[in-house]
Amino acid sequence: MDILGIYHYWVFAILLMIGFYAVIAKLNLIKKLIGLSLFQAAVFLLYITMGNVEGASAPIFGYGAETFSNPLPQVLILTAIVVGISTMALGLGLVVRIKEEYGSIEEDEIQEMDRR
Amino acid sequence: MNALTPHLPALQVIVPMLMAPFVVLLRARSLPWAAATATSLLAFAIAIQLTMIVIGGTPMTYQMGSWAAPYGIELHVDALTALLLLLVTGASSVALIGGRESLAAIISEDREPLFFAAWLLALAGMAGIVVSGDAFNIFVFMEISSLASYVLVAGGPDRRALPATFKYLIMGTIGATFYLIGVGLIYMMTGTLNLADMELRVHEVADQKPILAAAGFITVGLALKAAIFPLHVWLPNAYTYAPHIVTAFLAACATKVSLYVLLRFDFFVFQQNLIGHEFQFAAYLMPLAILGILVGSAVAMFERNIKRMLAFSSVAQIGYMMLGASLVTATGLTAATLHMFNHALAKGGLFLAIAAVAMVVAGSRLSDIAGQARRMPWTFAALVVAGLSLIGIPGTAGFISKWYLINAALELETGGVALVALILVSSLMAVVYIWRIVEAAYFGEPTSDEPARVPMALVVILWAVAIANIGFGIAPELPLALSATAADILLGHVQ
Repeated sequence: MDILGIYHYWVFAILLMIGFYAVIAKLNLIKKLIGLSLFQAAVFLLYITMGNVEGASAPIFGYGAETFSNPLPQVLILTAIVVGISTMALGLGLVVRIKEEYGSIEEDEIQEMDRR
Repeated sequence: MNALTPHLPALQVIVPMLMAPFVVLLRARSLPWAAATATSLLAFAIAIQLTMIVIGGTPMTYQMGSWAAPYGIELHVDALTALLLLLVTGASSVALIGGRESLAAIISEDREPLFFAAWLLALAGMAGIVVSGDAFNIFVFMEISSLASYVLVAGGPDRRALPATFKYLIMGTIGATFYLIGVGLIYMMTGTLNLADMELRVHEVADQKPILAAAGFITVGLALKAAIFPLHVWLPNAYTYAPHIVTAFLAACATKVSLYVLLRFDFFVFQQNLIGHEFQFAAYLMPLAILGILVGSAVAMFERNIKRMLAFSSVAQIGYMMLGASLVTATGLTAATLHMFNHALAKGGLFLAIAAVAMVVAGSRLSDIAGQARRMPWTFAALVVAGLSLIGIPGTAGFISKWYLINAALELETGGVALVALILVSSLMAVVYIWRIVEAAYFGEPTSDEPARVPMALVVILWAVAIANIGFGIAPELPLALSATAADILLGHVQ
């Protein structure tokens, strides 16, 4: 079995796990958001690569191409990217508010302040 | 009936969605609230219309923009959808009507248009999740409603609302992204996003492994969104620090909408097609449901903050719904869907009562409400009624769904008695934590004796919910008919 032939799945899985790790393990809220962003980007890659057909062209008729890639996953991901941007904007906005209220963006320090 | 009737499924989503940007433009005092309330009531009226159409058992479909399924987006309304639509729009309307003063005390005047726009978007998103028959469309609506509810939760007066919202955002996004991965895997293998089409094509797929992985991703992702134990950690803080009225709205319907998507995927798409999936569904989710019931109730018993206590009680109640569904029988599914309805009534009532109490006393700890029942007799009487319904006392709505759940457990060949014991024990735990509220409110030493003024609208709406709790306990025909039909529909896809 050609393991490297489907290398884009490896890229997807590794990127997903790096992002997931950052979300779970990092205490800095900005780093968490970066991790979340990576996590989502990995899924975008999964969608975009699955629609590709080797040697195929964009689905435009009349230019001599015989095989076409599936454009639908890319369209779906366009929507998902917009969702990702909105989430990121809202998340960053929240971090700004947290910094204003607590003076810190480290999760452990914030928890310490709330305990008192 | 009239020309609009076939378009009702689309209107259910479009009306609140289009009103949201309009509400942002309203600047005069109270106008944003009035517009949001009117829109919400209109959505509730649409939901009632839809319920009357589908209650007989024939589902209603709508092709968005006349593009035929499976290529276009299809909206699908059946009895289960109607039940959820009633919950979402009803909870929103009730919370908005009663919540004017309570929200005005927390949200500054210049932010009100934005706040109510976010409320309408949350409403539109949840209605969209429920009516949509397209897997990717569900994801988009899920994110619309989630992003809007993050904004609503972050509006809480306490600064701890902010870290709570941040946690909610992180976990909500992970849940939605997991769902997206699952949908991607299914699309890769079947080439379709339409749920009905998916159901047919999934079992033609030669290699079932990606589908199995998709089932895992979708189940975990939606379990996060639905706060199924042990993925509930975002819920207590989000509910505790959100504005009281927002808590009443979200507690009544937000997690149930995700649970609904989970049921639809597990029963419509995966159930009949994956070998042994019936076994897996029950085998993985039943232990989690049981643990959720026990842990949620136990933590609630020892919690001093009332809102947090009720939030943990929600974790337990979600466990009941999962338990009913994981039995995969007609009675079990009836109990699960019926409990969605009845729990929304009871928990919505309780949180509305907390909102009323919070208009008078600062803070929502047990020590804050000591003796307050003497100052607010009507409010606390309604709280007790909703509490009794949560416990499941005969004559209240909560009893009906627990009765069905116990019947469903007794239908089991083995272990049924243990499940009944579990349900009884956790109901006793509910008696304990509701009693702690009653004890503090009725027998505590009040700080002052003068009668407190609670907004009339809030008390009236609170009593409307309390009476609904009793009404649906004595005459449960409507939710029962909807849940029984819903159970039939879900099981109809299993054979």
